[in-house]
Amino acid sequence: MFTGQLDLNQLKLKAKEIRIDLIKMLNKAGSGHTAGPLGMADILTVLYFSVLNHDPKNPGWPERDRLILSNGHICPLLYAALAHAGYFRKEELMTLRRLGSRLQGHPSRLDLPGLETSSGPLAQGISQAVGFALAAKIDKQHHHIFCLMGDGELDEGQVWEAFMFASKEKLGNLIAIIDRNQIQLDGTTEEIMPLEPLKDKLASFNWQVLEIDGHNLEEIMVTLMQAKVPTDKPVAVIAHTIPGKGVSFMECKSAWHGIVPDEAQTQLALKELEQL
Amino acid sequence: MNFNLQNPDLKATREGYGVGLLAAGLKNSNVVALTADLTESTKATAFKTKFPNRFFNLGVAEQNMISVAAGLALCNKIPFASSFAVFSPGRSWEQIRLCVCYQQANVKIVGTHAGVTTGPDGATHQALEDIAITRCLPNLIVISPCDYYQAIKATLAAAEHQGPVYLRLFRDKTAVITSASTEFTLGKAQIFRKGTDITIVSTGPLTYQALLAEESLQKENISSEIINLHTIKPLDLATILKSVQKTHCLVTVEEHQIMGGVGSAVVEALAQAYAAPVTEMIGIKDTFGESGTAAELLVKYHLDAPSIVKAAKKVLSRKRRL
Repeated sequence: MFTGQLDLNQLKLKAKEIRIDLIKMLNKAGSGHTAGPLGMADILTVLYFSVLNHDPKNPGWPERDRLILSNGHICPLLYAALAHAGYFRKEELMTLRRLGSRLQGHPSRLDLPGLETSSGPLAQGISQAVGFALAAKIDKQHHHIFCLMGDGELDEGQVWEAFMFASKEKLGNLIAIIDRNQIQLDGTTEEIMPLEPLKDKLASFNWQVLEIDGHNLEEIMVTLMQAKVPTDKPVAVIAHTIPGKGVSFMECKSAWHGIVPDEAQTQLALKELEQL
Repeated sequence: MNFNLQNPDLKATREGYGVGLLAAGLKNSNVVALTADLTESTKATAFKTKFPNRFFNLGVAEQNMISVAAGLALCNKIPFASSFAVFSPGRSWEQIRLCVCYQQANVKIVGTHAGVTTGPDGATHQALEDIAITRCLPNLIVISPCDYYQAIKATLAAAEHQGPVYLRLFRDKTAVITSASTEFTLGKAQIFRKGTDITIVSTGPLTYQALLAEESLQKENISSEIINLHTIKPLDLATILKSVQKTHCLVTVEEHQIMGGVGSAVVEALAQAYAAPVTEMIGIKDTFGESGTAAELLVKYHLDAPSIVKAAKKVLSRKRRL
């Protein structure tokens, strides 16, 4: 059951709406992460409005596809996608990070229906996703488990433990989408901890590796649907994205990883996004 | 209660876990077992043999093991994830903190080879800090059974309990103090001996040493109340408080650093409820362990019955001076 399968034009519009809400949310919250959410907005839009099998009116529906956010810091984007999909009212987005809010600074599973796991500390989401995939296999269920990851996150050894184990257990129902935006907090990934050749690394861990332009909606949709076809290998999708995508002065700057726009920057950003 | 202290049977608490795990698995098909390359050492072999499709070896990767266990728990499985206590909750502590405790995932963390009595492997493999780093985590139950039979019951209780559990177990074959029919209630401290002069609260297999100490003290007309504290968190303050309000005198006994362990837990609770009584703590005094036999190490690190007797007399004389 889809929430309403949007076509490409509708998806483009939806991604724009989500980016606009993101800027407003982050400004209101006064803290948080900007580059990652903007960069992954197209992929999350395609997931929640086209590829994922899910039911916002029934977050616990047993046959749903699971989406786990391992790079938990980009949760403002997940919250926005969930709200737009109908899990809760969009007004609530403006409570991000406030005392008493269900929208905690990093995802808190117990607080918000629609969240599969808590996350934040990197590498723990992918391991949990492996647990989900394993449970589905034990119980002979046919849903898919998507796990979003950052590329800086791949520095954590636990990630590779998870990759090895997923391969051992032949978890073909597991699809990791890596936000290859080339940045992390302290600088570019290739400065801080070089990842290349990444595709080769993943393939050598016996994962099927696909690559996409993380902003080409059609390519995202087709590739993720392809990734759902069951094999005995887990799938890694390297998604090349522009961190801060949609706002010219935010794009490709690691400085925007962990800061939010002030009033003036917010107005400029919204003006640009409205033109999209 | 009757105790065969002179010639007890010897069985390891980790063996009790192995038996309990299998029984739990037979009772509930959602029980699954994970290990980080320590199947036989953590006694998961019987479960593995019986339920090969419900057993997972994640290799030497404790962090992944715990987070995978959390994922399984969020899908209604009841995972028991075992390793040596130094590695888990050691290396996997942050995963326990987030994936298990913060989310309240129904994971049972099993740490074997706790304490100095791990023996010849030496300090690197002797967990002396695992109580400190687990009891401070919200939502986590911490259990250290005193013997083989109690370990079986603790494992079964852990499986029944809805929520995170840390089960602390030992390598060595230690005295069987209780029996298959001895009562066990999660969260309820057990009074193994009633007494009036001094309260001795001990945990794990060292409770046997406490019972031996009680006999020695009895010969000198000192009446000790021996409390076996299998559930370290939540702490049964009511039982301990009632005892110290009677005796005003306390020795705590643990195979663990005295900083942050059971002694600390007891005294911090008592200090807030009443007033901490004069106390001596038997435990590791801010050092690491070393290679040796279990028996030698108990003596060297002052964890044995004579050390408990000495501590009891010390604290009694302080009480009398007050």
